[in-house]
This record gives sequence, C-alpha cells and structure tokens, in this order.
Amino acid sequence: MTVQLSLKAVDKFYGAIDKGVHAVRNINMDVHKGEIIALLGSSGCGKTSTLRMVAGFEDTSRGTITLAGREIQKLPPVKRNVAMAFEGYSLYPTVTVRENIAFALKAAKLSETEVAAKVKEVSEMLEITDILDRFPTSISGGQQQRASLARALVRDADLHLLDEPMGQLEPQLRTLLRGRIKHYIKERGLTAILVTHDQTEANAMADRIAVMEGGVLQQFASPEEIKEAPANLFTGTFVGEPPMNVFPAVVSDTGDQIHFDLQGGLDLQYPAKDFSADVRQAMLSRRQIVLGVRPYAVQRSAEGAPATVEANQWLGDQTHIAARFAGASIVLVEHDFTDVALGSEIRVHLNPNDLHVFDAETGQALSHGAQLA
Amino acid sequence: MESVNPIERALRGIAITLVILFFMFPIFWIILMSFQTNETILRMPPSMVFTPTLENYMALITGKLETSAGILEIAFMKNLFNSFFLSTASVAIGLVLGVPAAYAFARLKFKGSEDIAFTLLSFRFAPPLLVLLPLTIYFQQLGLANTYGGLIWVYQLIVLPLILWIVRGYFEDIPADVEYAYRIAGHSWGATFRKIALPLAGPGIAAAALLAFIFAWNNFVFALVLASADKQPVTVGALAFVTASGIQYGQIAAGIVLSIAPTFALALYAQRYLVEGLSLGAVKG
Ligand SMILES: Nc1ncnc2c1ncn2[C@@H]1O[C@H](COP(=O)(O)OP(=O)(O)OP(=O)(O)O)[C@@H](O)[C@H]1O
Ligand SMILES: [Mg+2]
Repeated sequence: MTVQLSLKAVDKFYGAIDKGVHAVRNINMDVHKGEIIALLGSSGCGKTSTLRMVAGFEDTSRGTITLAGREIQKLPPVKRNVAMAFEGYSLYPTVTVRENIAFALKAAKLSETEVAAKVKEVSEMLEITDILDRFPTSISGGQQQRASLARALVRDADLHLLDEPMGQLEPQLRTLLRGRIKHYIKERGLTAILVTHDQTEANAMADRIAVMEGGVLQQFASPEEIKEAPANLFTGTFVGEPPMNVFPAVVSDTGDQIHFDLQGGLDLQYPAKDFSADVRQAMLSRRQIVLGVRPYAVQRSAEGAPATVEANQWLGDQTHIAARFAGASIVLVEHDFTDVALGSEIRVHLNPNDLHVFDAETGQALSHGAQLA
Repeated sequence: MESVNPIERALRGIAITLVILFFMFPIFWIILMSFQTNETILRMPPSMVFTPTLENYMALITGKLETSAGILEIAFMKNLFNSFFLSTASVAIGLVLGVPAAYAFARLKFKGSEDIAFTLLSFRFAPPLLVLLPLTIYFQQLGLANTYGGLIWVYQLIVLPLILWIVRGYFEDIPADVEYAYRIAGHSWGATFRKIALPLAGPGIAAAALLAFIFAWNNFVFALVLASADKQPVTVGALAFVTASGIQYGQIAAGIVLSIAPTFALALYAQRYLVEGLSLGAVKG
C-alpha cells in the first residue's frame, strides 16, 4: 500500500507559536491510497483545524504534510489538489447548485460533456438532481449540505476532506447515502478523511478511525481494534454506545488470587491463572488502575456481585439497565425486553476476558482481557 | 399587510408629512427661487405668486451674468464640469486603490493591520484646515497647485477612507470559506478576488462609491484653497454670484438646483443599492 497523505509532527497554534491556542498537538499519521479515514472526537478537539491545515486554509505551525509524494504544507490551496466539503457548506451564493458543483471541473478544463456527465452522476447519487438549477439560498440546509458534498466528491483530487458531510440529514437518508458515498469513493479509488460525530457512520464507512481529543491523536486503528483494544481510557470511553463502564480499583495479589478492590468495599476476585504473567505483572506494578467493561459484556449471573437497579430503558430492540455498583453506576445491555423493577437487586458478573485495564495515572491501556495492551 | 386602526394610521401619516415638509421645504423654496428674479425674491412680504422666468438658468448656461453694474462673465458650466470630472476621477481612483486595500484589511490580519486601517479612517476626523496649509506649500513647490491631478490627489483624503471602511465591512461579511472553496477548486488568489469577493461585495462597493461621489461633490474647502477659477467645482464657483453690486439670489438658487440635481439623482438611485447592499448574500437571480 502506498502512503497518500502523511502528517509528521504537525502542530497548529492559533496566534503566535507556543503562545496562542494550541489546537493540534504533534500529530503523526499516514493515510494509504484508497483508504477512508474517519476522524472522531468531541467538539473543539481539533478535527476541523487538522483538515484546514491539510487543505491550506490555515498555515501549519510546525511539522510537514506530504500528499501524493509532494510536501505541501507551504503550498497555496490551489496547488494542493485537495477537495473539501465544508462544515458550513460555503456554497457560492450567486450561482446555481449545478454551477457550484461544476466550478472545479471547469477550472480543470474538462469538456462540457464530461462536466455534465460527472455532475449528473454525483447528483443522482446524492439525490439532488431536482435542485440543480436552484440557487443555494433557496434550498434547505440538508440540500445545501449535499450540494456542498457533491461539489467535493465530483472532483478527481488527491485527497477528499469531508467535514461532517451528513450532519444535517435525517437518519434514513444518512443510512442510504453513507453506503452510496462509500461505494462511490471506493469505486474511484479516492482517498478520503471524513469528520463525523456519528460512530455508526465511522464504523460503517471507515477503513480506519482516528480518535482525537484535546488536539492529540489518541488512537488510529481499524474500527474493530478501537473497540476491542482501546489505547487509553479516553478512546475506551469515547467510542462505543453506550459508553464503557469504568471503575477505579486497587489491584493486589494473594498468590493464586487477583483482587480488584473497587469503591464501596467491593472486592472482585479472579483466579490468577485467568491473567497471563505479563498482564499480572503490568497490573501489579501500577496498583492504582481503572477497570473498564463494555455494557454488552456485563453478564447477569447468580454468583455475581450485587447491584441495585436505578434505571431501565427499553429502546425498541434492546434494554439498557443502569444499576448502582461499586460506588458508581454500571450499565448493561440485554438484547431482549427485560423487566427489572427499579430498586431491585440484580447480580452482575464481569468476565476476566472482557476486562480492560488502564493505568489510573496516565490513562494508558495495560491489558485487554488476557492480552497485554 | 398588518391591519392598523385608522387613528394610528392618520397620526402616522401626519408625522410623516411633517418630517417630509421639514426636510423638503428648503429644497422646494430654492426651486421656486430659481424661477424668480432678484426683485420678486426680495419683495416684502414674500409671496409664492410670481411669473416664472428662465432668466437665471439662461444666465448660467450662457455664462453671462447681467448685473446693475454691467455684464459679468461667470464660469458656472465650467464649474459644473469640474465638479463632475473631479468627483468621478477621484472616486474611480479611490476604488482602484481602496477596494483591494479593503480586501487586504478584511482578509489578512497582520500585526498592526487594525492600527493602519484606523489611521486611514482618522483622516476623516481631522479638520481639513489642518492639512491645507502644509499642502498648499508642498503643492506650490511640486507644481501641483491648481492642477486637476493635485486636486484629485487631495480628494483621496475624502474618498479613500470612506471606500476603505465601507467596503472592508462588506468583504468581512463574506464567509472566508466561500472563497476558500473557490480557491481549493483550482483558482488563484487573484481569480477568487475577482470572481467571488468582488461580485459578492458589489452592492457594497456601489454604495461606497456613490457616497464617496456625493462627499467629493460637496467638498468646498480643498478646492477653494488649492484651485483657481478654471479648476473650481460648483461649490466654490457659486461664490461668484456674490458680486460687488449685490448677491444674485436667483442665479444662486438656479446654480444650487443644477448642482444638487446630479447628487440628488444619485442618492435616489443609491437607495436601491444601499438596501441591496445591506441584505448582502440574500436571494439573487
Ligand atoms: N480561528 C481560530 N482562532 C482561535 N482559535 C480557534 C480558531 N479556530 C478554532 N480554534 C480553536 O481550536 C480548537 C479546535 O477547533 P476545531 O474547529 O478544529 O474543532 P473541531 O474538532 O472541528 O470541533 P467541532 O466538532 O465542534 O467542529 C478549539 O478549541 C477552537 O476554539
Ligand atoms: Mg469542526
């Protein structure tokens, strides 16, 4: 696989270097040709800033950006051959949607028939053929968003940056379009970075997910890996719905037993052989750890520890139960309709294979189940 | 239409009539005066009944002013032309210099850009007399005194700050991303300025140009000091009607009517642009 986009030690400061807002911190990232990358992270974590540096609208405070073999961080946007769908759509208000989409193609000196064919294809894909001759100010937000997305996707650029391209669309249309867009991108071998707040969208469309927080790239891996082996506490709790349950704990070892002392005097015990020697050593060298377990993995079992039901929601296809556990709240998911009364006691069991252990101080993952992180 | 009760409507009508009367009466009176002779103007008590005469206009157009002391040559038509030429040329140059500068101030935020922009605006605050004395001396030494070029140059003190500040506001209102979207689509910085920024700020530029034209047209003191009769605009030329044998009210009135007519027409026309300019980015086409 050839590397299409490479960010090396990239920093972004708004204002003076080392003095202004440090929006992006030392990002290193290689994107392969033909890959779709989802950029996931909470609001204000630096996603848009990263895209804008790659596109050339913000200068790169430090580091190098290489695209298709060219170092581009000093080039003006026109020389970068990057397409972008903007968070705020940014359509040209004085021309029709059709002309908006065709602008870049005309600048690239394509023939009129080619332009027409490409515009037709992308607008059919995004269901906007009926608004092509309208002006951007006279169409709805969702239509503007698709027009802006069409304007980016119609191009044959080295890189497509899509900043929350479907945020305004209703769920049905989103689900339909994300499949089509993925197909469109893959069919043409385009490389794309997609910013989204929708984890389902990220999982469905992306080959790899980049999780950002506080300007720092937390983890960059496949959706499966992010789910099964989150690199740190942030990724663990940020990705996954409902979020991972976490409990601070102190680890100790009495020869053939491993003890996790949770808050509220709860002591979870496991046979030492449930964990490999490396994992035991990693945990015991820290003592103060954070235990994480996904809601789907929490089991109800007679031998489990007691928990008091606090909330019970039937979502139409699954039940989310929240219960008081170890001085905190634990959420578990049942795949059928489960009727447990509020205030009643249930017993929950955490399988050692489902435990994610994080260093309490740094938040770094130590182990995932039996595997060392 | 919302329904209002008749009393409210009547009161509103009266208020509007009063305001219009207050502002329009002087203009109305001047127009009346311009069709009268000095005698009918000055009679006591004043009356609105008179036989209209085109004498005043004729005198202005032929350039021959008949006074009790004999026939006086006046250069009113020349002055009118000067006003036109000076204002148009000043605004044209002001636009060529001011619009790109306004764009730079709106888009490139560099250290001190705000201070520079404000300094330029502050030329508008300074009393013209402050700069006139040194300017007169410089102009004489440079050979610019009493030339169109020199006058147009000083007129930039009036039009440039105005254009710069108004147009900068319009450029700032254009979302930067609209321009970025165009640039990233394979267009240079210059092409983006011409194809995106200029058209979107068009109504604002038109409004600024019209305002600047009116301000330049109405200027008095620069031309009074820096130009002699053949380069003077109407504002200064009207002084010629204050003659040794009396003040020619009729001709002054006719002169005023002729000299405000272009700005008046422009203002009426600009109204549309100002409204359009204020709703920048609204539905088009
Ligand atoms: N022009 C700017 N000047 C100063 N600070 C800025 C500027 N643009 C963004 N920031 C700051 O940089 C940080 C990252 O912003 P950015 O827009 O990249 O976030 P984001 O991840 O795209 O958020 P969202 O999900 O809300 O779009 C934020 O703290 C923001 O306040
Ligand atoms: Mg953003």
